[in-house]
Amino acid sequence: MRLVLPIVVLAAGLGLWEFVVRFYDIQPYVLPAPSLIFRTLIEDWGILSASLATTLITTLEGFVAAAIGGIALALLFNQSKLLEYSLFPYAVVLQVTPVIAIAPLLLIYLPQEAAVVVCAWIVAFFPVLSNTTLGLNSVDRNLAGLFQLYQASPLQTLCYLKLPSALPYILGGLRIAGGLSLIGAVVAEIAAGSAGAGSGLAYRIAESGYRLNIPRMFAALLLLSVAGIVIYGLLALVSHLVLRRWHESALGKES
Amino acid sequence: MAVRLRGVTKTYDSGVTALGPLDLDVARGEFISLLGPSGCGKSTALRLIAGLAAPSSGTVEVARSSAEARGTHSIGFVFQEPTLMPWANVWENVRLPLKLAHMPVADADERIGKALAQVGLSEFVQSYPRELSGGMKMRVSLARALVTDPDILLMDEPFAALDEITRFRLNNDLLALWRNLGKTVIFVTHSVFESVYLSQRVVVMTARPGRIGSEFRIDAGEPRGEEFRTSADYAGFCRTVSNALAPSYEGRVGA
Repeated sequence: MRLVLPIVVLAAGLGLWEFVVRFYDIQPYVLPAPSLIFRTLIEDWGILSASLATTLITTLEGFVAAAIGGIALALLFNQSKLLEYSLFPYAVVLQVTPVIAIAPLLLIYLPQEAAVVVCAWIVAFFPVLSNTTLGLNSVDRNLAGLFQLYQASPLQTLCYLKLPSALPYILGGLRIAGGLSLIGAVVAEIAAGSAGAGSGLAYRIAESGYRLNIPRMFAALLLLSVAGIVIYGLLALVSHLVLRRWHESALGKES
Repeated sequence: MAVRLRGVTKTYDSGVTALGPLDLDVARGEFISLLGPSGCGKSTALRLIAGLAAPSSGTVEVARSSAEARGTHSIGFVFQEPTLMPWANVWENVRLPLKLAHMPVADADERIGKALAQVGLSEFVQSYPRELSGGMKMRVSLARALVTDPDILLMDEPFAALDEITRFRLNNDLLALWRNLGKTVIFVTHSVFESVYLSQRVVVMTARPGRIGSEFRIDAGEPRGEEFRTSADYAGFCRTVSNALAPSYEGRVGA
């Protein structure tokens, strides 16, 4: 049921859309019919797939940077209160400043490819940082006492206690970061706009907009949201596979 | 002498004096229970002996001879909750103290196998904590405390959360282990019946701050079993100990 119902809704929506466009004879540069979008997707696949690859690579780079940066910062903060108090406010500042406003600045100071990755990183690292911090602070007190009793070194405590305890939280953070790094990449590409030498999907959307190639805009948009869904699904799957043996969130109802 | 406390007090940062002054001697190989109402500092005393907390004044001496000479840890601690790592299976949970001590894998494997056999869990090495019942989790916790072959076993209300049938069985198993292994056991409980059944000596503590109210030697034929639990002697000991405990729950609010 949970699979069938959304598909029925989708089919009905597309059918209505197609019908309205044909019935009122709406021109493609105003609103293209779904069938036309789909045809454009296939015909322009050469251009669009290259753009998709560019955007995905940027997203991946931003995501990896955010994951490493977020986890590493959380570990540093966990080891040193001094560092945490000095730097955490700036992490928050970076997070609350809209990235669309930062992107043009970054484009001035950095080469475009770097700027796009940095944008993806800025929006994506904070959920990883805050979730990891939460996880590292949620260690069972008795287990911590046990490690103390057996004279575990700080490194042992980190590897065998803190990181495994924090893992569900870290994976939750990564799941959010995956979608956000796509958004960051898109925002930076849009900001670079037609002036940029980019070739990502967002650039393709902006470019098609100027050329009134509306069907291609829709096709690129469709690819972007499919990419977002796939990224989220992959991360959710990884999270499930890693946690399924022990964590409440990954257990079935019967157990 | 296995453990010697002299004039030990513990005052928390909040200014509450939880314990003492307390003098206590525990002989090598003795099974002693600390019995008292909630908040009488008996768990605090145990944590002080384990070295998990430092006394505010007084001295805590723990004989650290044979087990440390063998290169393992001299104290085993069983918490009120099983305190297992949910992400690790039974085998890995029991292995933890040895892993933290960098014991070679071959030696460790032999000890883990032995410890798990002692608590009757040899068939469940691959299970994860969530797949086990409360009593079995407690057995894993006990095996983990035994795996370093400690001289002293500290137990903090280990069976308090279990149902009565499981508790009786674990009581019997614990007694059998104590007889076979000859360890010093300090057992914290708030159950008169459990303390009398298990120990050679019952120390009744008073509340706020925790001090020793009275002491009873439980001279009963060994080995004890179910027939002791239903004997007149047992009932007599329980009555005496209950009477000693009575002042701490008569008309004392918050005790």
